[in-house]
Amino acid sequence: MPADSSAEIAPAATLTRPFASLPRRKLKLWLRDNGAPLLMSLPGILLLFIFAYIPMFGIIIAFKEYRFDQGIFGSKWIGLYNFKFLFSSAVGVRITRNTVGYFFLFTITGTIGSLLIALLMNEVQGSFRARFYQSAMFLPYFISYIIVTYFVYAFLNLDSGMLNRILVRLGLQPVSWYADPKLWPSIFTIVQIWKGIGYGSILYLAVMLGISPEYYEAAKIDGATKWQQIWHITLPMLVPIIIIQLLLSVGSMFRANFGLFYNVPMDRGSLYPATDVIDTFVYRALVKSGDMGMSAAVGVYQSVVGFILVILSNWAVRRIDPDRALF
Amino acid sequence: MATTLRSARSGRYYVVMGFIGRLLLNLVLLTFSLFCLVPFLVVISASLSTEQAIGKYGYTLFPKQFSLLAYEMVFVQASRVMRSYGVSALVTVVGTSLSMLIMSLMAYAISRRTFQLRQGIAFYIFFTMLFSGGLVPFYILVTQYLHLKNTLWALILPGLVSGWWVLVLRTFFQDIPEELLDAAKIDGAGEWRIFFQIAVPLSTPGLATITLFTMLGFWNDFYSALLFIDKEALYPIQYLLWVILQSAEWLQKTEQAQLSGVRTQVPILPMRMAMAVLAIGPIAFGYLFVQKYLVRGIRLGSLKG
Repeated sequence: MPADSSAEIAPAATLTRPFASLPRRKLKLWLRDNGAPLLMSLPGILLLFIFAYIPMFGIIIAFKEYRFDQGIFGSKWIGLYNFKFLFSSAVGVRITRNTVGYFFLFTITGTIGSLLIALLMNEVQGSFRARFYQSAMFLPYFISYIIVTYFVYAFLNLDSGMLNRILVRLGLQPVSWYADPKLWPSIFTIVQIWKGIGYGSILYLAVMLGISPEYYEAAKIDGATKWQQIWHITLPMLVPIIIIQLLLSVGSMFRANFGLFYNVPMDRGSLYPATDVIDTFVYRALVKSGDMGMSAAVGVYQSVVGFILVILSNWAVRRIDPDRALF
Repeated sequence: MATTLRSARSGRYYVVMGFIGRLLLNLVLLTFSLFCLVPFLVVISASLSTEQAIGKYGYTLFPKQFSLLAYEMVFVQASRVMRSYGVSALVTVVGTSLSMLIMSLMAYAISRRTFQLRQGIAFYIFFTMLFSGGLVPFYILVTQYLHLKNTLWALILPGLVSGWWVLVLRTFFQDIPEELLDAAKIDGAGEWRIFFQIAVPLSTPGLATITLFTMLGFWNDFYSALLFIDKEALYPIQYLLWVILQSAEWLQKTEQAQLSGVRTQVPILPMRMAMAVLAIGPIAFGYLFVQKYLVRGIRLGSLKG
């Protein structure tokens, strides 16, 4: 739009207002090179402005006693009250502990699992079996957490769940899986392994495929066993990428997977001690209890700490391998 | 003499150990693959079962009493269930098309070295990945200011542009040799024409991968509906699945109302599972066709960082 209109207006302007011709001609020249790409990126710029940038200014809600009838600007300022309330209650500690704790649990188990599967897959590369394994292991990645909830429910529900049926057949007591928070860290870990390992192993497998076969040939001539080859060639070659991946993931430490923690335990209140994370708390405070200020305060807390973590992790990555840094 | 003997023995040792090793290796991979597939099997089996069989035997790997009634119910009787699939399909198609058009145009623009604002815009995009205002301001914006609550736009618009995918798309466009684009320009092609006739066809593998992930994002989206939709006619399938898992009455009431006069009991449990299977269906089907492609695309994308 800017390109076309300026092209029409410019000649007329040179006639009537000669002194204005220079900047206009410059603008016209600039638009000739930049008009089209600017127009191309305009819809995206607009959408990001509306759905990403405008809400950023909305963080002032966290410092207000928000009321729908008074709007964002009309509501009363209350300073840091919402934050004080958050951190003086046990909730702030609980959701932080759960979010960070699960991050470490999933990152460690996920990395080890992905590496293990990638190492094994590397040995069967190219066979028909390899294609079958990969298809099977990759499939769960595409499934929504609602469907995962159905899967878990089919295994764990009290009377007809598969696991309880097996327990009963073995002469054991059925377990009420959806009532005991202690069981959930393990359930979540199994779900995440089930869902993420196939995808996670692809990256490591790709790096392994890139290792020059000459190393292995030389090792074989020297009589190295398969284990020695893995231990002394494959793993050392993977160390840099593992470190980078771990560091990059630190940036998302404060962001929990809503679907996993809200849907899969079916939003059972008795499980909150083990299932409540920052994201589920923010949702519940907003929609269920309608506590806007509190919810917004947790959101700001999450964004600010998340931002710092990304900056720090990127700084660390940059020092190790500048090409892999985000910025 | 001694050396050849030893090497012969170690040779046999390696063959035997190698065989056992490969056996173990395949066993582990097979076990894990089956572990990944079993939940699918259980849900499919339940959907093909009768209500009584599930009550009696629990969820099993294979149906104890085979029945297609659940699928019949979904397809023939439950117009409201089909409506939810329709909502999801519509949102997915419209959302993915718009999203890919907007994101790839933007990515192409900032991949052009002649574009003076490219770095500024790239940072503008990138910053949205670093910082966000959080859920509350977003929620208030969409409901109070944009008035999108209970409209399909609430399921489409907020998810159209993902900063991450735009930046990944840019790397695909950057791989196109600059001379090619310059040559087209000298021949008189404008940027739009270069984009549609050169840049897009040359980046098909990358575009296809991201299209798939975008489709998946819209089809699997549950959160937007949880936040913004409470009118039943606009439930996407993922949200409807959540609602009926929370309360089976939904199915009971609606189906029995429509089945007045029919003596058949509504098979609640199998029907729920049948709906889940139908929600997985399009994904699994598409996945089988594009899997190889996808793996290559992910490797490309992730290795580039």
